[in-house]
Amino acid sequence: MSVALDITLCALVLGVGWATVAGHGVFRAVIFFITYGLLLAIVWARLGAYDVALAEAAISAGLTGVLLLAAHGRLRRLNASQEVPLHLNLPAAVVAVGIAAGLGWAWFALPAPTAPDLSQALPQSGVGNPVTAVLLNFRAWDTLLESVILLAALLGLWMLARDHAWDKPLGLPYHARPGGVLASFGRVLPPIGLIFGVYLVWAGADTTGGAFQGGTVLAAVCLVTIMAGVLHAPRVEQAAWRAALVLGPGVFVLSGIAGAVFAQGFLALPPALAKPAIVTIEAALTVSIAVTLVLLVIGPPDEGEQDA
Amino acid sequence: MSLTLFALTGAALVGLGVYGLLARPHMLRRIIAFNLIGSGLFLFFGAAAARGTGLDPIPQALIITGIVVALSASALAVGLVVALARSSGTAYLPDEEGRL
Repeated sequence: MSVALDITLCALVLGVGWATVAGHGVFRAVIFFITYGLLLAIVWARLGAYDVALAEAAISAGLTGVLLLAAHGRLRRLNASQEVPLHLNLPAAVVAVGIAAGLGWAWFALPAPTAPDLSQALPQSGVGNPVTAVLLNFRAWDTLLESVILLAALLGLWMLARDHAWDKPLGLPYHARPGGVLASFGRVLPPIGLIFGVYLVWAGADTTGGAFQGGTVLAAVCLVTIMAGVLHAPRVEQAAWRAALVLGPGVFVLSGIAGAVFAQGFLALPPALAKPAIVTIEAALTVSIAVTLVLLVIGPPDEGEQDA
Repeated sequence: MSLTLFALTGAALVGLGVYGLLARPHMLRRIIAFNLIGSGLFLFFGAAAARGTGLDPIPQALIITGIVVALSASALAVGLVVALARSSGTAYLPDEEGRL
């Protein structure tokens, strides 16, 4: 029974994935990609990786979907969304089939991995969710540098702004029809989303959830309110938004230095203090992740295309 | 059984993504194809990690990191495509345009 479910799921994922590549029209590809992300989240849940399933649904399907939809809208305004007719490209097909076949062969050739046993180390980490323990304690370096990568991507994006648009609000001007669906959602969804996002971060210490999933939900709340015109779009020069961007990496680095001075080394957390330290870092990191994701999705300062 | 199924699906998704990256000249479709490659690799990796004894949290944490990094790379790529379209009026690379 469960195998039948898995076969159906995989067939759906492959079919929708095929449609994003082979279907006609860029807009259709974007819509299929969002569907694809949601289906893949179910696959992750079938694998038992619920933290990854949440991240996949919130980040890959949700935020990437908004990003691609907004990009399609901008390209349409620039008359660059039309596509030339698609043809079968045989050399590319040969390369693609070769790579897929190689990966498939690797699956049967690879030895089964022997995972390190974390069950002894887990009580030392201060949290009950092993994925959170890995992200914020055992492999905190990865997460620290990841938060810096987010900032670097945002700086790269802002560099694409034109000089005279620099002090304009970020992203395109948004208009929501008063009393329309978006305007109502912009007021109804945020309270629910806020509670859910904060819950995901708090619960992430011991069960499914975490700073990235919670931060993404909070980012989505912020995006909806900006797009509905309830909240003004931020500007590059506003100090509060800039402070929110560096809060997470800043707290993370400071705690790392404190570890180097008072404990065994950089980013090392003594077991007695691990839980409060992780919760503090996660709270700061959530704010920064949420704000960075919002700013990444709405894009560089822009005053519309009328002066292009 | 199911793990092999998921891994082979991941491998096929990587193939689909590589095809899209090579054969679809529209830059927005290339970004989507790039994301297909990434998620296919994550699925392959996740299935491989679930083969051992129990569910290993380290690959899961790496995959979550990867998903976030893929989003930030996509956002930067989208910004570059919009800037390209603004300056040249098309979402195709110049050498691709000559071939069309």
